[in-house]
Amino acid sequence: MTDELPRTDTAANAAGDAHPAAGEPLLRIEGVAKTFGTFRAVDGVSLDIKAGEFFALLGPSGCGKTTLLRMLAGFEAPDEGRILLGGKDIAQALPHQRPINMMFQNYALFPHLSVRDNIAFGLKRAGMARADIATRVAEMVALVKLDGLEKRKPDQLSGGQRQRVALARALARRPQLLLLDEPLAALDKKLRENTQGELMELQRRLGMTFIIVTHDQEEAMTMADRIGVMNAGKLAQVAGPRELYEAPRSRWIAQFVGDVNLFDAESKLRDGHRLVIGTRDAGTLVVAEPRQPVGESRFSVAIRPEKVKLSRRGPASEAGHETAINRLDGVIADICYLGGTTTYKVKLDAGGVVQASVANSARLDVDAYSLNQQIVAWFSPDDCVVLPS
Amino acid sequence: MRKISRLSRFNIASLALGLAFLYLPILILVIYSFNASRLVTVWGGWSLRWYHEFFGDRAMIEASWMSLRVAVASATIATLIGTLAAVALSRGEGFRGRTLFSGMLYAPLVMPEVITGLSLLLLFVALNAERGFWTVTIAHTTLTMCFVAVVVQSRLGSLDRSLEEAAMDLGCAPVRAFLSVTLPLIAPAIVAGWMLAFTLSLDDLVIASFTTGPGSATLPIRIYSEVRLGVKPEINAICTLVIALIAVVIVIASLASKLSSSQGESAAPL
Repeated sequence: MTDELPRTDTAANAAGDAHPAAGEPLLRIEGVAKTFGTFRAVDGVSLDIKAGEFFALLGPSGCGKTTLLRMLAGFEAPDEGRILLGGKDIAQALPHQRPINMMFQNYALFPHLSVRDNIAFGLKRAGMARADIATRVAEMVALVKLDGLEKRKPDQLSGGQRQRVALARALARRPQLLLLDEPLAALDKKLRENTQGELMELQRRLGMTFIIVTHDQEEAMTMADRIGVMNAGKLAQVAGPRELYEAPRSRWIAQFVGDVNLFDAESKLRDGHRLVIGTRDAGTLVVAEPRQPVGESRFSVAIRPEKVKLSRRGPASEAGHETAINRLDGVIADICYLGGTTTYKVKLDAGGVVQASVANSARLDVDAYSLNQQIVAWFSPDDCVVLPS
Repeated sequence: MRKISRLSRFNIASLALGLAFLYLPILILVIYSFNASRLVTVWGGWSLRWYHEFFGDRAMIEASWMSLRVAVASATIATLIGTLAAVALSRGEGFRGRTLFSGMLYAPLVMPEVITGLSLLLLFVALNAERGFWTVTIAHTTLTMCFVAVVVQSRLGSLDRSLEEAAMDLGCAPVRAFLSVTLPLIAPAIVAGWMLAFTLSLDDLVIASFTTGPGSATLPIRIYSEVRLGVKPEINAICTLVIALIAVVIVIASLASKLSSSQGESAAPL
C-alpha cells in the first residue's frame, strides 16, 4: 500500500492551480442561494472550509444540503452568492472545469466499464499518459483494497465493493476537494461503521478536504471535525460534534441532534450565577446562567436523557448545593431496554414527562426499576441548556 | 437443480393451441413454397422450383430490392430522428408542454395507417413531389420513428441520470459525457429500434401504396397485386424468404435489447 500521496496533482486537474493563500480557507461559500420555482432550496448560506478539514453537512431530507453539495460540484448554478475555491470564484464553472470530485449516493458507476476502467475514466479525460494511468489505478485499487477485482463489472460486485470503487474513482484525480453525498447510506450497519473508520483514516492520510452530506447524525458526529446543521435551506449551526451536542443553538437543533427533554419556561429569577426558572411541566428548575443572556422572548430548558439520573430516594445532598439540585418526583411510565442502555420515561407529578437514559453497567441488575415505581429524577444545573423557543 | 414450477398438462395444451394458432398458417405457407405442383393447394412433391422462378422474375427482384433499400434508408433516418427525440424528451424535464410533445410523438403509433398514408399523399401532391423511392422512404420514416423513440426512451428512462453527471464530474464536457457514457448504454436499444423500424418498413403495404409512384412498387405491393390475379406458388417462396429475413432481424433485435437491459440492472453479486 502506498503511504504518501501528494495532496494535489496539476496533471489531473485542469484548474489545479488554485491554491489558497496562507490563512485563507480552501473553500469560501458566500451568501449562496438557489431557488427551484418558488421553493428556496438553499437560502443564503455562508461557510468557510479549511484545507484538510473533514466537514459534514447534516440535516433532514429536503433541508437543502444536497442542493448545496451539487452547487459545489457544479451540477446546479447558484442564483445568488459566490463560491470561492482557493480565492477563485467557481460558482458558474461547469463540473469538468472544477478541481473537485464527487462520490455519488448511488455510486453512479459506469455499468459498461470494468472496475479498472471506471477508476481510470477521469484520468484518461485529464490526458494522463498511459503508464501513469496504470500506476495511479493500481495505487487506488490498493488504497481501497480492491485487489483482484479490477476486471469485474460493477454488477459483479457487492454493495461494499461498489462503494470502494466509487471512492477510488473520485479520489483518482486527487481533487482539492472531495464531496461525498450520503456515501454510506446503502451499506448495512456493521459495514457502515467499519467504512466510517476507513474513510476517516484515508482522509487523514491523504490530507484531503472532505465534505460529506448525511442525514445520519451519528455518522456526522463520528467522522467530521466540524458539522454544519442545515434546516429549511439555512445553516442553523456550525460547530464541532461536542459543541453541537452540548451547546445547541436552538430548540430545533437540540431535538435534531440526539434526544432531549424540553421544558417550556414560564418565569425566571436571577440567583447569583444561576437562573431559577418556573416551568409548566416540571416545576421549578435551577440552571446555570447561559452564555448568551436570555431576553424577554420565550425559551425552554433542555436536558439530555443521559444526564438525568434516577434514584429511589434522591441524591445525597451536598452541603450548600442542596437548593441547586433539580429534583423531580414521578413514577416510571415506560421502560425501553436497548442493550447498552435502558431508557426510562418518568411521568412527573408536576405533569410533564422526562426521559432518562441509564447505562446497563452490570449484566444482572437486581436494582433495575420497574413500571409504576415511585422515583426521583435529578440532574445538575450545569447540565441544563437554556434555548430560545 | 430441480425446476421449481413445472408445466401442467393444461398449460402444455394451451401453449400448443396458441402456438398452432399463430404459426400453423405460416408453417403451411413455408411447406407449400417447396411444392413442385403448379396448383397451390395440391401437393406435388418437394422442389425448389418456385425459388428458382422467383430469382428469374425481374419485376419481383426489383420490388424486393426497392423494399430493402427503402427499409434500410427509412430505418436509419428514423433511428436518428427517433433517438434525438427520445433524448430530448427524457432530458428536458423542465420544459413546458413536455407531456404534450411526448403524446404527439406517440400518436402515430395508434393512428390508422390509412390516415397516415392519405395525409402524406396529400402532402406530396401539394408539394408536387415526384412519387417513388424517396416519398416511400419519408413516409416510412414518419411511421417508424415513433417506434424507435419509444424503445430508446424507455431505455433512457431506466438509466440513472447521475451516470452522466459522474462523467462530467470526472472531466467530460456535457456532449462528451453523453457520447462516452450514455450512448454506449443505450446503443443496444438504438440497434433494437433500427431493427424494428426495418421490419415495419419491409412489410408495410398500406402507406407504401399511398405514397409510391408508377414503376417503384415495393415487395408487399407487388405481391398483393399478383395475388389479386390468383396465388402463384412463387409467392409462397417469396414470403418464406421474407419470413426468414424478419425472423433473423427479430432475433438480433431481442438479443440486443436483452443485452441492453442486463447491462443497466444492478444484478446480485456473483
